[in-house]
Amino acid sequence: MSIWIHEGSKILVQGITGSQGTFHATRMVAYGTDIVGGVTPGKGGQTVGLPGRSVPVYDTMAEAVLETGAEASVIYVPARFAASAIMEAADAFHELNGGGLIVCISEGIPTLDMVRVVAHIGQRPRVRLIGPNCPGIITPGESGGCKVGIMPGYIHAKGRIGVISRSGTLTYEAVAQTMGVGEGQSTCIGIGGDPVSGTGFIDCLAAFEEDPETEAVVLIGEIGGTAEEDAAEWVTENFTKPLVGFVAGATAPPGKRMGHAGAIISGGKGTAEEKFAAFEAAGIHIARDPSKIGEALLEALREAGLR
Amino acid sequence: MNIHEYQAKALLREAGVAVQDGVHCTSVEQALAAYETLGSEVVAVKSQIHAGGRGKGKLYRPDSGDLVMQGGVKIAFSREDVGEYASNILGHTLVTKQTGPSGKLVKNLYVEAGCAIAHEYYLALLVDREANSVLIMASTEGGVDIEEVAENTPEAIHKVWVDPIEGLQDSQKSSLADSLGLSGSAHDSFLDMIGALASMFVDRDCSMIEVNPLVRTEGATMVALDAKISFDDNAAFRHQWRAELRDLSEESDIEVRARGHGLSYVDLDGDIGCLVNGAGLAMATMDVIKLCGGEPANFLDIGGAADRESITAAFGIILEDPHLRGVLVNVFGGIIRCDMVARSIIEASEEVGLEVPLVVRFSGTNHEEGKELLDASDLDVLTTSTLAEAGEAIVKLIGGDSS
Repeated sequence: MSIWIHEGSKILVQGITGSQGTFHATRMVAYGTDIVGGVTPGKGGQTVGLPGRSVPVYDTMAEAVLETGAEASVIYVPARFAASAIMEAADAFHELNGGGLIVCISEGIPTLDMVRVVAHIGQRPRVRLIGPNCPGIITPGESGGCKVGIMPGYIHAKGRIGVISRSGTLTYEAVAQTMGVGEGQSTCIGIGGDPVSGTGFIDCLAAFEEDPETEAVVLIGEIGGTAEEDAAEWVTENFTKPLVGFVAGATAPPGKRMGHAGAIISGGKGTAEEKFAAFEAAGIHIARDPSKIGEALLEALREAGLR
Repeated sequence: MNIHEYQAKALLREAGVAVQDGVHCTSVEQALAAYETLGSEVVAVKSQIHAGGRGKGKLYRPDSGDLVMQGGVKIAFSREDVGEYASNILGHTLVTKQTGPSGKLVKNLYVEAGCAIAHEYYLALLVDREANSVLIMASTEGGVDIEEVAENTPEAIHKVWVDPIEGLQDSQKSSLADSLGLSGSAHDSFLDMIGALASMFVDRDCSMIEVNPLVRTEGATMVALDAKISFDDNAAFRHQWRAELRDLSEESDIEVRARGHGLSYVDLDGDIGCLVNGAGLAMATMDVIKLCGGEPANFLDIGGAADRESITAAFGIILEDPHLRGVLVNVFGGIIRCDMVARSIIEASEEVGLEVPLVVRFSGTNHEEGKELLDASDLDVLTTSTLAEAGEAIVKLIGGDSS
């Protein structure tokens, strides 16, 4: 198995007629993702040509979910429209399917919009949001797989390692390093670097703990906030599989915003040092050097008798 | 985006939050005139910079570095005091706990009517990323460093989270007022103020409003005696009015220029320039340089939409650093193709002239084509395929310690 998406998951693309939407939908289908339709308000009734298929465009998420039976949606709309796109998807999945997965790639959504969105999702318990400002989620398959996002599909291979990260390209780096030590991935999730977002580390860890196909997990954190510390505390009581942790930003000066809105050390809190210490205290294998994530994984697997 | 105190006070006044009368000045003459206009015998003469700790800061002469005055916020009891303090502040460099040792040149001054203070409190509104909501913090320990209060007596800080759907409840307002021990007209005055602040926080897409100190006057009203406001940049598109409040001279020139090209740049103290795609990977690249015994000269994320123009600009910005001894490019191609990055590097190096060692690590989309282009060019460049090799190589090339 895998978590949240699997080969054959039916996916909708919100913003499919936009340049980003069409570009990435094309690559998703080329990887093997089963895109069943798209939504662009005002463009219902059109079709979009993707590799080997032509998919219908709907005006609303409710129509799209009803007509296609999709279980997940990926959002490529501009930041100013993203909050309402997420809430529309949440309502459609909640009312028609009793739940669903929403992956929001859009970057630059106002923080208070996300505060409202997260509260809205919270009232629909079986709806899950990944992101925003993230690369998405991918479950590599035997040939191709299910890619819901913007990551380069070909760097992945089906395997037993779960990957969770707050970053985009650093996730690819971690994936490349797992491949470097001969390991593929069950599912990789980029949860995004914004201060307010949907799915967090603990949600991912809990799902990987339950997933029989995932035998070890790599967790990539960043400076700022206390999500890594909270995850470490949760792991102590609840997580039984080998876990490798890295935190980016040990060299970042306090008070400076490092690209991601979330990556800022304030008032001496949220430093890489504190996060590594929390990882160590929780028995997590740490890679202090981001170029040695693969080696740390290999060591963790050996220690658990998995290599 | 940050704004000055005098701008924050104007926004508060507009929102219905009580503040003292004050005048924004840029010269000693204006400050003296402001003293007359305000008609208050006691006034505060306050340096305006985008950093905290002004009261305990020190003012220096920018040319000689000589100390001019202790304290960037002064209480003046006469016209002469105002003249003296204004001339000691304007045109001088204010160094505070938050500015770093180089300090900030003070070009703006705020002269504010004095106020009879009965007690000082602390009040702040901010986004709590762990709770995914707006957090209001209030404390009876005002006028001091709130981080020290949080460290030593966390129980002295009362916290209330605003429900994003229901909004701030009357019971929450009262509980905040009660936590400050307010009663009578001060209690009522606080309820009005906190309601106005909570609305303003949302209406103007703030990321923080800090009132320290919030004061209870001898007349039992609540007044925001200082105010620090910052805004969420992501919401700028729906707040055109912000453009007028932006003081670009308070921001690093190079960071402003980088932003104009869609780049995220932060200047650092080291000598190895970095050009990376993605914020997380950029931080990790800095970490690798440090672990190899080097020091990064900057953080630079070229973003997911970089093109030849922006990468050429990025390269130019890195090479401006006079302390630069080497450059490390780390690109994990996804949407961005490594061959496009290679072409941009070659073009930029020819344009600006590259005189320090260059190490390029390509991985992901079209990494082989990118490497071939660089190897075939006239550039003196070392290409690697892993992050570890790249870090070691650049530190070794500049003669640093690679352990």
